[in-house]
Amino acid sequence: MKGLFFVLVLTITTLTSHLYQQKPLKESLSDGKEIYTDFCVQCHLNNGEGVPNAFPPLAKSDYLDNIDKSIHALKYGLSGPITVNGKTYNAVMATQGLDNEEIADVMNYILRSWGNTTDTIVTEEYVNAIAQ
Amino acid sequence: MRYSFLIVFVTFTMICCDAQENGPKIQMPSTLDYTYEVVAESLTIPWGLAFIDQNDLLVTEKSGIMYRITQGEKTAISGLPPVYVRGQGGLLDVALSPDYDTTGQIYFTTSSPIGEGKGGHTALYSAKLEGNTLTDTLRLYKGDYNTKKGQHWGSRIEFDQAGHIYFSIGDRGNREVNPQDITRDGGKIYRLNLDGSIPQDNPFVDDENNRQAIFSYGHRNPQGMAVHPETGAIWVHEHGPRGGDEINIIESGKNYGWPVITYGINYSGTSITDITEKEGMEQPFYYWLPSIAPSGMAFSTSGVYPKWKGDLFVGSLKFNYLERLVIKNNRVVKREKILDSIGRVRNVEEGPDGYLYAGVEGKGIVKIIPKS
Repeated sequence: MKGLFFVLVLTITTLTSHLYQQKPLKESLSDGKEIYTDFCVQCHLNNGEGVPNAFPPLAKSDYLDNIDKSIHALKYGLSGPITVNGKTYNAVMATQGLDNEEIADVMNYILRSWGNTTDTIVTEEYVNAIAQ
Repeated sequence: MRYSFLIVFVTFTMICCDAQENGPKIQMPSTLDYTYEVVAESLTIPWGLAFIDQNDLLVTEKSGIMYRITQGEKTAISGLPPVYVRGQGGLLDVALSPDYDTTGQIYFTTSSPIGEGKGGHTALYSAKLEGNTLTDTLRLYKGDYNTKKGQHWGSRIEFDQAGHIYFSIGDRGNREVNPQDITRDGGKIYRLNLDGSIPQDNPFVDDENNRQAIFSYGHRNPQGMAVHPETGAIWVHEHGPRGGDEINIIESGKNYGWPVITYGINYSGTSITDITEKEGMEQPFYYWLPSIAPSGMAFSTSGVYPKWKGDLFVGSLKFNYLERLVIKNNRVVKREKILDSIGRVRNVEEGPDGYLYAGVEGKGIVKIIPKS
């Protein structure tokens, strides 16, 4: 009887974890790269270098140290002055209409490209939780 | 030995740099003959601008709001159809009908989720403006097929003297398929009658498989359109890829070449095509290399700025200025930065008072005032 209960718990746990399984990082990165190419590259450019005085860099950008703030900018848009690597940018980044999974994917891609490194894996749930 | 050094040098130059800049070089004016004032504040992306009169404006915000701004006071207009905000898409241009004074009719373009399939495409609407409300809203045209791509929706609206409306749709991020195929939407300039019907002398009406509203094709992403004050021709500019933004004078049925010919390259630095010209495809009137990311276009026709009469004005999203292009003998002979460092210039229009008004992102509508 005890054995049966154990099996039941194990089965439910396994099923649940499958249901809520995260998208594998590798898949998120390749989807994120596609989003980057479609939505970001025009301004932030191919190597995340940005354009001086117009669009801040994403490569080795200290703005990305605060991941929640970066997600907030993608989710709700950004306008007004910000400081990136000691330089001030004062422009508008409109919300791109990306869904939360797309935001997670492109964040994972940006956080691991052009010399950027992180241990954080951004998930759809993570993005869900960022409030306006 | 000297030759081999030269060859190495030339090769290195070719590898390390984008193609040669296209002149004339952009300059600062020798004297600043103007100042400016902000006539409508606190706008994020003021995409479209139409004048009911000089103190009564319609302004579209890309995020999906249309404002009526009277004496600087903003009121949101109700009755808009669904706006699909995605990437470069959202609520786009707005224009008063040539017969607005008697009909109250306006036109606007928007990214629209209507129709089959996920995503959206650019749509043209007409409506009647009654106070701060749109009534009798009619969808005159909707591109298909819907796609979730964020790029290249266009769009600008203009009118000719013969009762036609022109508008643009960009290639919707599918350059290999859309711009050169006249049975599909995207990468086109369209022409309709003011009631939305297809003019019988449109260039591709002979085959029902064609999109019969198409007037010209082979475009990438046209976000500037203006009628030449003397010739009445429709002038359009479009975003190129990296390099190769173009000005084209639009003629019925012509192919403007994208992506078969272009002076630009991919954002990644790889090439798109080896050729910049081909028989059966139009050369641009002018191309920008490097790109300025042009948006909005107007000729100065009034005498408000005596030195600028007849010149062309184009907003630069990338370099944060309004560009003045002086044209002589069908050539751009001079390029000047006006409103240098003001912010991303999304739009420029000549008001009914003859002044130039620019839509600047994060700032608002700016009126350029000559120094007396």
